[in-house]
Amino acid sequence: MTAVADAVETTQVVSHLNPPPSYDLADYPVPTGREEVWRFTPLKRLRGILDGEASDATLGWDTSVPEGVSLSTITADEARGLGELPPNELPAALAVSRAGGATLVDVPDDFDSEQPLAIRLTGASVDDLVWGHLVFRVGRHANVTIVLTHTGSARYCASTSFLVGDGAQVRILSLQDWYDDAVHLGRDSIRVGRDASVRHTSISFGGDLVRMHANVEYDGPGGEAELLGLYFADAGQHLEHRLFADHNAPRTKSKVTYKGALQGQGAHTVWIGNVLIRKVAEGIETYEENRNLVLTDGCQADSVPNLEIETGEIEGAGHASATARFDDEQLFYLRSRGISEAEAQRLVVHGFFNDLIRRVGIPSVEEQLLTTVEAELARNLLKET
Amino acid sequence: MATLDIKDLHVSVTTEDGDKEILKGVDLTIREGETHAIMGPNGSGKSTLAYSIAGHPKYTVTGGSVTLDGPDGRADVLAMSVDERARAGLFLAMQYPVEVPGVSVANFLRTAKTAIDGEAPKLRTWVKDVNSAMEQLKMDPAFSQRSVNEGFSGGEKKRHEIMQLELLDPLVAILDETDSGLDIDALKIVSEGVNRFKAEGDKGVLLITHYTRILRYITPDFVHVFVDGKVAEQGGPELAEELEASGYDRFVKASA
Ligand SMILES: Nc1ncnc2c1ncn2[C@@H]1O[C@H](COP(=O)(O)OP(=O)(O)OP(=O)(O)O)[C@@H](O)[C@H]1O
Ligand SMILES: [Mg+2]
Repeated sequence: MTAVADAVETTQVVSHLNPPPSYDLADYPVPTGREEVWRFTPLKRLRGILDGEASDATLGWDTSVPEGVSLSTITADEARGLGELPPNELPAALAVSRAGGATLVDVPDDFDSEQPLAIRLTGASVDDLVWGHLVFRVGRHANVTIVLTHTGSARYCASTSFLVGDGAQVRILSLQDWYDDAVHLGRDSIRVGRDASVRHTSISFGGDLVRMHANVEYDGPGGEAELLGLYFADAGQHLEHRLFADHNAPRTKSKVTYKGALQGQGAHTVWIGNVLIRKVAEGIETYEENRNLVLTDGCQADSVPNLEIETGEIEGAGHASATARFDDEQLFYLRSRGISEAEAQRLVVHGFFNDLIRRVGIPSVEEQLLTTVEAELARNLLKET
Repeated sequence: MATLDIKDLHVSVTTEDGDKEILKGVDLTIREGETHAIMGPNGSGKSTLAYSIAGHPKYTVTGGSVTLDGPDGRADVLAMSVDERARAGLFLAMQYPVEVPGVSVANFLRTAKTAIDGEAPKLRTWVKDVNSAMEQLKMDPAFSQRSVNEGFSGGEKKRHEIMQLELLDPLVAILDETDSGLDIDALKIVSEGVNRFKAEGDKGVLLITHYTRILRYITPDFVHVFVDGKVAEQGGPELAEELEASGYDRFVKASA
């Protein structure tokens, strides 16, 4: 039994949830927009990123690195050798092939610090095409918080890997706080070590088009991944989040919670939650949930959970997806206590995001997130009344 | 002074087969210091009356008037928004209080108090007021950090309503079946809360109930029998005793 339980299943499973990984650009036909994985994305607004032009433009890096953590530059081959998850879609393959090497962030074994490892990436202009390749290697039993913030403007296409050692505890926050015209295609892939625990949070506020992947797979039994997300789409914005939890080892857990709000004409959000439970993955638990709050007319929230199960021996698997407008009864209740309509709406939206923000588990950014939600609301909702 | 004056109120709701009239000419005047009880069969329109006064968007007023005379003069209640009505001094303790996930009781109460008073309450006295209101209603202080009504038991929701009544201190309180679902201890606790509110002297209370047992703790000055969308009969507290003994039959027949 132990032998089986220790196994990690890496063979290819034929499933649209799991396109075959490859570094070879020839394996990725240029998307037409009709493909399952591209059908929600307005390709025109990618501003030619997928043409894959060479570019040596970079984002500005502003780092706050706790003692013990080191940054260095490595080649794409070295990144591959470290065991990053290979690309499984065109943007990530392009990023790895065009970036000309990766930044390696090394968190040593047993590292333990309250101070977040913070990297702030700032783009100068949407005219800049920037290819990004990052690898975070987190040592065994390390305890670390990683905050990756994207601001300014660019056409940014990146592959970011998190290689999490056995027993490590990692909190990752990726904040997309771009200017209105930015385009961002990002893939965060996470390899969860044995008995390690990872909480990855993706937060998208800004940008014209943001399309983020979060992929998880496991290096052994007992790994846990919590994938959280929060997005707030304004008029004309396209914010897309695609999740893939690949349960390739027994007794692993994944928990996905994404919440979004939409306001203004043409605000569009997409959430795709893919979970694959392989044959070897006995005794796993998975739950995924996406909730959207539509604040005005003219918005569209697409939400697609997919659960593919190849073993009968699971502890629990489920999903939920709901898109709703403001609840009139809630607003009435609050207003019947004298609270104005705008204030009541603000309270309800806060309440909607509150539990999620608390769960991010990074106290230094909680307050900032609540403030940003507030500012987003002020852009539209509060203006009307 | 505070007088809530309801005259010939007609209210309908929109249904799949068109509008349906539920209130068919309600006349009721609640003067300051008075407690009125409304009793009536299920579906007769008691909650509709309460919600219509509070301004619930589901109900359309098709005729009549509701006015509130307060210290600032006469207000045309029907012309006001839901929150304006509350700020003018109306309070509705709901039959089914609504859950608001993610909004803590403490935040909710402070926001409501600030809205009603037009300024934020002084922090120190406010904390004291909230704590003593919770204590008097035998609510665990942990409730202040919980989401509004979420996961509250039926009785806890009702105590939470009365706690708001005491903290927001309106001119006129409408209590829609606040006694339903309360055990005998909770009934006493809630009644004491309402009586503290009444004891301020210049308050009006409209108490909707099915049972006389709450009227043993909160003495009404008037009892109204509500049948088929209007007041069918009114009297003193003895009318409640008669209803308890012989039911609504006589009034339902008379109105049919
Ligand atoms: N949307 C609706 N469509 C049709 N009928 C409705 C609708 N909403 C309310 N009603 C009807 O209005 C009537 C009055 O309801 P209301 O809740 O005011 O009664 P009530 O006197 O408070 O009853 P209870 O004692 O059970 O609380 C009921 O017959 C109810 O079914
Ligand atoms: Mg009722």
